Amino acid sequence: MKPATFTYHRPADLEEAVKLLDEYGSEGKIIAGGQSFIPILNMRMSEPGCLIDINQIEELKSVRLEDDVIKIGALTTQRELERHELIKKHIPLLAEGVPFIGHVQTRNRGTVGGSVAHADPSAELPLCFLALDAEIVIDSIDGKRTTSINDFFITYLTTELMPEEILTEIHVPLNQPNGYAFEEFSRRHGDFALVAAACLLSVDDDGIIENARIVLGGVEAVPLLAEEAMEYLEGKSLTENVLEQAVELAVVDADPDSDLHASKEYRLHLTKVMARKALLKAYDRGLRKEG
Amino acid sequence: MSNLSVQDKVKISFSINGREIEGEAEPRKLLSDFIREDLGLTGTHVGCEHGVCGSCTVLYNGKAVRSCLMFAAQADGSEIQTVEGLAVNGQEHPLQTSFTECHGLQCGFCTPGILMSSVEMLNSGEEPTTQEIKEMLSGHLCRCTGYKGIIEAIEKVCKPNACKEGEN
Ligand code: FES
Ligand code: FES
Repeated sequence: MKPATFTYHRPADLEEAVKLLDEYGSEGKIIAGGQSFIPILNMRMSEPGCLIDINQIEELKSVRLEDDVIKIGALTTQRELERHELIKKHIPLLAEGVPFIGHVQTRNRGTVGGSVAHADPSAELPLCFLALDAEIVIDSIDGKRTTSINDFFITYLTTELMPEEILTEIHVPLNQPNGYAFEEFSRRHGDFALVAAACLLSVDDDGIIENARIVLGGVEAVPLLAEEAMEYLEGKSLTENVLEQAVELAVVDADPDSDLHASKEYRLHLTKVMARKALLKAYDRGLRKEG
Repeated sequence: MSNLSVQDKVKISFSINGREIEGEAEPRKLLSDFIREDLGLTGTHVGCEHGVCGSCTVLYNGKAVRSCLMFAAQADGSEIQTVEGLAVNGQEHPLQTSFTECHGLQCGFCTPGILMSSVEMLNSGEEPTTQEIKEMLSGHLCRCTGYKGIIEAIEKVCKPNACKEGEN
């Protein structure tokens, strides 16, 4: 099992990288951590003519706090993210979700930007960043642009990134809801999630939900923002009845496929279970002002 | 900026087990194959070649990574450690000894990879919990042992105090 032949470039900085991307167009593919991409190459499910290895670009490796925004460089490894003090302190949803990604040995190499750009609809980081209403920073030879993550994912493994563009940073605003939770079901630890749920709730002193973000993974071709449930929850406190109703509403737009791992019905059932667990945990943390 | 045509080999140099090597490989050559075929270090095993089994795990700049999920060219300029580098002057690494003592291996196919992940854990200087050891091991498949002996072997070295308490 070997990849097909390709030419290999290792740009030293971003400027060189965007030039190469411009030169090669759709023939060129960026390789970052390669933890999803190299298996695809090894199995020859993709045969790009040219690989642009961005691992040397130091300017893409940082996590910093600037103007009330946490800015995460695309080459930050998942392991660095998981252990970063800024993340643990300010974005606990990420600290809770990231350990579900693969294994320590793949998180040591897998990157934040790679995972988002790969856009697997059951992957943990796309889910979390959508819940966190993140902004994506994209560079190309024409300069920099930012886009909301709400529009970023188009379909399975497809984003709005053009062939000559590179995802360089992810921006997460600091003022996040106080309640958070990430729940996932997979066959074995580290396997791809069958379904997963990320949830953020702002809960006021009287237990009223002011604002909710619920994202489901593994149920659609893109991470699914459960908008009906989010609207329904606003202004309510999470009684058993409200919880039931919210869980039902969360899955109205979910339309998972059956595959060899799970039938559609089973996935839907699991989605409700994960959404329920995530809502309860986020609400409880929100009440206790943990976030 | 180097413009390589498809067949060109790339020059690679890195340090492996403290020894500086130089070589050439096609860009598509996996690091695992380069270590085994070009460097002749066959202690690094390959099971699945797509990141599932963990038998190819090596230390890359001190971090446990799957060498089948890296190209040899990407190791350029780095420090790699494989199972061959664990023993010093013929003296087994403490983890190697404890794997033998605790029956942490049977056929031994998975063992080099697990040893490298365990070495990363040990070198981190933080004493792991048993749960953390199990999570680390979730990145490795062993078809023989049932993992019990492996966990014991790692605990014995990485959390020696806890083990002594257990024995008393
Ligand atoms: S051979 Fe690398 S993970 Fe299986
Ligand atoms: S000892 Fe045989 S596979 Fe682990």
